[in-house]
Amino acid sequence: MLVSVYRYNPETDLKPSMQDYQVEIPGGKDLMVLDVLALVKEQDDSVTYRRSCREGVCGSDGMNINGVNGLACITPLSEVVKNDKLVLRPLPGLPVIRDLVVDMSIFYKQYERIEPYLQNDDPVPAIERLQSPEDRAKLDGLYECILCACCSTNCPSFWWNPEKFVGPAGLLQAYRFLADSRDTHTDERLANLEDPFSVFRCRGIMNCVAVCPKGLNPTKAIGHIREMLMERGA
Amino acid sequence: MANIRTMTFDGVIVGGGGSGLRAALELSQSGYKTAVISKVFPTRSHTVSAQGGITCAIASTEPDDDWRWHMYDTVKGSDYIGDQDAIEYMCSEGPQAVFELEHMGLPFSRNEDGRIYQRPFGGQSREYGKGGQAARTCAAADRTGHALLHTLYQANLKNNTVFFNEWYAVDLVKNQQGHVVGLIAICIEDGEVVFIKSKATVLATGGAGRIYASTTNALINTGDGIGMAMRAGVPQQDMEMWQFHPTGIYGAGTLITEGSRGEGGYLVNKDGERFMERYAPNAKDLAGRDVVARSMVLEILEGRGVGPEADHVLLKLDHLGEKVLNDKLPGILELSRTFAHVDPVKEPIPVVPTCHYMMGGIPTNIHGQALGQNADGSDRVIGGLYACGEAACVSVHGANRLGGNSLLDLVVFGRASGIYIEKMLSSGVEQQEASDSDLELGLSRLDKLNQSSSGEKVADLRKELQVIMQNHFGVFRKGDFMREGIKKLQAMRERIENPHLQDKSNAFNTARIEALELQNLFEVAEATAIAAEGREESRGAHARDDFTERDDENWLCHSMYYPETKTLGKRKVNFAPKTVPTFEPMIRTY
Ligand SMILES: Cc1cc2nc3c(=O)[nH]c(=O)nc-3n(C[C@H](O)[C@H](O)[C@H](O)COP(=O)(O)OP(=O)(O)OC[C@H]3O[C@@H](n4cnc5c(N)ncnc54)[C@H](O)[C@@H]3O)c2cc1C
Ligand code: SF4
Ligand code: SF4
Ligand code: FES
Repeated sequence: MLVSVYRYNPETDLKPSMQDYQVEIPGGKDLMVLDVLALVKEQDDSVTYRRSCREGVCGSDGMNINGVNGLACITPLSEVVKNDKLVLRPLPGLPVIRDLVVDMSIFYKQYERIEPYLQNDDPVPAIERLQSPEDRAKLDGLYECILCACCSTNCPSFWWNPEKFVGPAGLLQAYRFLADSRDTHTDERLANLEDPFSVFRCRGIMNCVAVCPKGLNPTKAIGHIREMLMERGA
Repeated sequence: MANIRTMTFDGVIVGGGGSGLRAALELSQSGYKTAVISKVFPTRSHTVSAQGGITCAIASTEPDDDWRWHMYDTVKGSDYIGDQDAIEYMCSEGPQAVFELEHMGLPFSRNEDGRIYQRPFGGQSREYGKGGQAARTCAAADRTGHALLHTLYQANLKNNTVFFNEWYAVDLVKNQQGHVVGLIAICIEDGEVVFIKSKATVLATGGAGRIYASTTNALINTGDGIGMAMRAGVPQQDMEMWQFHPTGIYGAGTLITEGSRGEGGYLVNKDGERFMERYAPNAKDLAGRDVVARSMVLEILEGRGVGPEADHVLLKLDHLGEKVLNDKLPGILELSRTFAHVDPVKEPIPVVPTCHYMMGGIPTNIHGQALGQNADGSDRVIGGLYACGEAACVSVHGANRLGGNSLLDLVVFGRASGIYIEKMLSSGVEQQEASDSDLELGLSRLDKLNQSSSGEKVADLRKELQVIMQNHFGVFRKGDFMREGIKKLQAMRERIENPHLQDKSNAFNTARIEALELQNLFEVAEATAIAAEGREESRGAHARDDFTERDDENWLCHSMYYPETKTLGKRKVNFAPKTVPTFEPMIRTY
């Protein structure tokens, strides 16, 4: 199979280029894209990418696979490869450090901006804080985010305003804390988001939902935040 | 200083997994200048993969639960070489540590009354083994590790811990007095090499499952902290004790949590027989992991395996119904569909025992202080060095870890290390100094790699190493076969110390990191091999065909591997808990 990889090494390359590798797929197996990358790296140890868990839970290996953002480790060839060709590029819209490794600072900065930790001013009880199964269920579909950035780097609003628009991943987490019955800072959290950019730059086109490898729905969460902001404004 | 930049901290923690982040939180809360260095962004650490839960007697699902019962189970699970003072500390402090996690925001699943949901796990009992199965594992669905790791990272953000993400620790710096004064690290992004100087260095670098060809562990679990410690002359404890988890997905190695058996799943052989009923009539599929893994291998060896090669068995979950599976085991559904191509709602999952957890590691006391030994066998604290989490051996797991006890170990002893270091710092300890020659160890290893012009490929060497370990040091072990394995390993050392690094660039050079990791894998593998050959008995996870019985007369003790001489010694197990009577060794049945 032909694997075409985006190559850029800041020390030696003036500009990026695509490099082709011919990879033998053992026994015609339906490998994951990450396995194929490992085979490429066996040929050429300078090919650079991130990886850790190899099971879709750590969020290291978000990349653009034949034009679509996804996690290399849980994307089987059969799902993405047509005409025996695999094209691997870094996540779009972020500065490239080297090859498939992007600089995620701005993505993390937006995450930190929403104060991604529980805030509760009530005295701490001797045991756990209680939460009903129904209230806990409100966090499903939110807390599972693995910060892979597949969504935010597929979002036009984030491409244009990465400094001001929090982006789908950050907003999903913002809502995760707004929705938590144990958090008492709802008002401060909303105040922090009510400017015209942080939330309202979302155009609702669901590019984020289409690529989330964990099946999460940032658009829906953003909708809930909008409603909360409107209510607060009214 | 040897031409490299020096950065100075009160405490430096190597590792952004559960244990490192818990230690860091304690220290940064106390206002000391604390740095965490991690080779991956913290939430990419292996703790994120933990599924089933954190075991702790918080008495929620069973209001009369008692930490002493948890202690009994853990001592028994360890096959009696877990240190009882440490187990007592973990089980009794555990509830506080778990409640703290909840207060930080960990999204635990809940019972109807709003308290934390607890599920049954293997090896758990009520009333010291006499009251039947307990339900003691606190869970956030089957994504407990993810929830725990993200929560701890978030709590550190809140407390302004300083992070060096994507920095790689190469080696410890130890001065002539034997005091650890910091470490050599590389910034992966630009290749800069620095000396990080600190009054306390904590190794929280996690496990090393990648020494085996088939493992549930992340690709980054290469035992770096163990390698670093051994190169600094620190002995390693109980390195023969590796846990093989009963249910790794056949072919892929991905884990299916024990919680799936806790929720009512069970194993079947090719005849559809629930064979654990024969091996463990009482606990059945929830016997100790070592017991279940061995039973599975025996089924396969006796020809009752499944598949064209008859080399695995099946885990049946479909009878639990779609609702329970969706609520309690959503991650397992995902993993099974992706990696086993089966839908557990309808079909059983093909599974096989898979390397999972390193019970051994850097010996420590309950404050996380790393220990060496004096000539008379007594403990000697190694100045400046601490360890916690899977890299450490405190030892609460002994010869076999119980499910859910690792996450508890991480938070209890991460916290304990932080508390102790804080005390030590506030008593005014001085920063110890190192000379240029003390820095040489780490720098010379790097230089050698950077100058390599010949040698073998890292990927080839790694594969060869993993196959040796898989074949010679698996679930069942035998003396002559292990000695053959040790010879093969010894023949690899020279080659592993001199691999060929083609890519010499500085920017995000992962080839260089993989070469350094390989050298650590090798140190862990060799220690494992020599310790396994040396322990002439069967205990917990260490099962020998040539010494099939437990030998309390000679081996009711820790093994100690001395890296400088590559020999094996012994260390006493602690049988002196402070508040409860000793649990005396008994025959271990489930
Ligand atoms: C699939 C799976 C499921 C599990 N499920 C459970 C469960 O349900 N319950 C339970 O109790 N246990 C479970 N375990 C075990 C448990 O998850 C681990 O033992 C535990 O997470 C280890 O945590 P740690 O903090 O010691 O290390 P890790 O989480 O592995 O973190 C190690 C850290 O060290 C850093 N590091 C390593 N080397 C270097 C270096 N050279 N330089 C810089 N940084 C470095 C890494 O970047 C990382 O941040 C499971 C294990 C597996 C494999
Ligand atoms: S729905 Fe909003 S956040 Fe999602 S991709 Fe579109 S603009 Fe971005
Ligand atoms: S919402 Fe989905 S795509 Fe976005 S960062 Fe989280 S897991 Fe990745
Ligand atoms: S390697 Fe962890 S998500 Fe792919």
